[in-house]
Amino acid sequence: MLDDFLMRAGLAGIGLTFATGPLGSFVVWRRMAYFGDATAHAAILGVALSFGFGLSIYVGTLAVALAMAVTVAILSGRGHALDTLLGVLAHAALAFGLVAASFISGLRVDLSAYLFGDILAVSRADVGIIWAGSALVALLLAWRWQGLLTATVNEELAQASGLNPRAEQLVLTLALALTVAVAIKIVGALLISALLILPAAAARQLARGPEVMAFGATAVGSLSVLAGLAASLRWDAPAGPSIVAAAAVLFAVSLLARRRS
Amino acid sequence: MIPLITASGLSVRHGDAEVLSQVDFTIAPGEIVTVVGPNGSGKSTLIRALIGLEPMASGTVTRREDLVIGYVPQKLHIDPSLPMTVRRFLSLPRRVDDASAEAALLRTGVPGLGGRQIARLSGGQFQRVLLARALLARPDILILDEPTQGLDQPGTAAFYKLIEEVRGETGSAVLMVSHDLHVVMSASDRVICLNGHVCCAGTPRVVSEAPEYRALFGLGTGGAFALYRHVHDHDHEADEGHGHDPSAPHCAHPHSHEHDHA
Repeated sequence: MLDDFLMRAGLAGIGLTFATGPLGSFVVWRRMAYFGDATAHAAILGVALSFGFGLSIYVGTLAVALAMAVTVAILSGRGHALDTLLGVLAHAALAFGLVAASFISGLRVDLSAYLFGDILAVSRADVGIIWAGSALVALLLAWRWQGLLTATVNEELAQASGLNPRAEQLVLTLALALTVAVAIKIVGALLISALLILPAAAARQLARGPEVMAFGATAVGSLSVLAGLAASLRWDAPAGPSIVAAAAVLFAVSLLARRRS
Repeated sequence: MIPLITASGLSVRHGDAEVLSQVDFTIAPGEIVTVVGPNGSGKSTLIRALIGLEPMASGTVTRREDLVIGYVPQKLHIDPSLPMTVRRFLSLPRRVDDASAEAALLRTGVPGLGGRQIARLSGGQFQRVLLARALLARPDILILDEPTQGLDQPGTAAFYKLIEEVRGETGSAVLMVSHDLHVVMSASDRVICLNGHVCCAGTPRVVSEAPEYRALFGLGTGGAFALYRHVHDHDHEADEGHGHDPSAPHCAHPHSHEHDHA
């Protein structure tokens, strides 16, 4: 059944939501949306470097996303305004990535696949990598769940309880870089944040506890993948944006559902 | 007895400004210590430095090994994007069973709130939930930073009464910051009056009569003392003859007793 491109696309998308559901919830709770954007934009530089050095896309984007996240973490500790810093780094990385990509012959044609993703082109190996990466992110978050949640509620409360909020922040940063690296083929660098935020925001409307919201976000994300793929097939629309559009519709529905309940 | 937390020569700077200068501090098991001082006097900074939340410019802070701190912060804003029931909040960071959670809520006077969203609580309820969470850790010391901000006068008095009761039952030490002067002082074993440095320290009565304290709070002679006596006239006989506290050499000897019977 893995021979069918649509089946592979569905499996890849649903696999990804096991990472984006809980991680996206943290992104929403901690107001890290712009941080996710910045990491994802930087991934384009990773794509260009991967082609330049003949590395796997996953390795290149992961390395650049990690470098980006660590740079932000270090510089933001030195009194720079975080949103300015992220804006500078994200767009610088995106611009350098696009410039670097233009020098590499053969890449220019493919670049839109990394900006917007091409879920219909994922291979069996891609599906394996996406599931492995997502599982890693999900396990990482599950393992640190209590500490992450306490630090998200209040860093001082966490520290007074003997936890280290900086370590928890690092776990999230790591998870974000890993997620960006595995998601770039599916929705592309420009829409990764949307896949993190929209399902979590939709799940928020109906959840009474953090765990329910995290699982709910995975469920909404999976539903978006299926609906987006169906729409893409039916109207011949690009698959990545269709998935995000489906998530946006589900978010709107969740708003209505909450108003009525 | 080994002190729970000791600070010596503690200084903290925020940029160029020295917020705390050469503060010595210690708190023993079971003791209730209150830090008072005007706004900007470094009260919260001191508390935060003692917990380890504030980088020090100089000096040392020593916490007893394996010290369990129950911290009730001054402000706690839970982002509305985070759904959180009271019950779930009590299980952070360590999970507790339902019976313990409900017992803690009952003890702090808010039974049956477990299913409510934190964001929907009133200020007074939230403070009590924060205290319940702190108690569930079975702390050696409760640290409260202006815990009654936003509460009305009866609510404030009730909250401090609760803290005193809890101390009596659990034997944990209590360190709190406040500017609800008269209510707080009565409940304390020791009061530290802070204004960037330790102005004076000692028993509530000694501090309330110290000229440094009165100058700091702009009180006329007798003002605070009268208020204090008024609220707590039941134990003033025991205080008679309570002279100069050797541990607080900067404090004036209580030289006037004319307001005792106000």
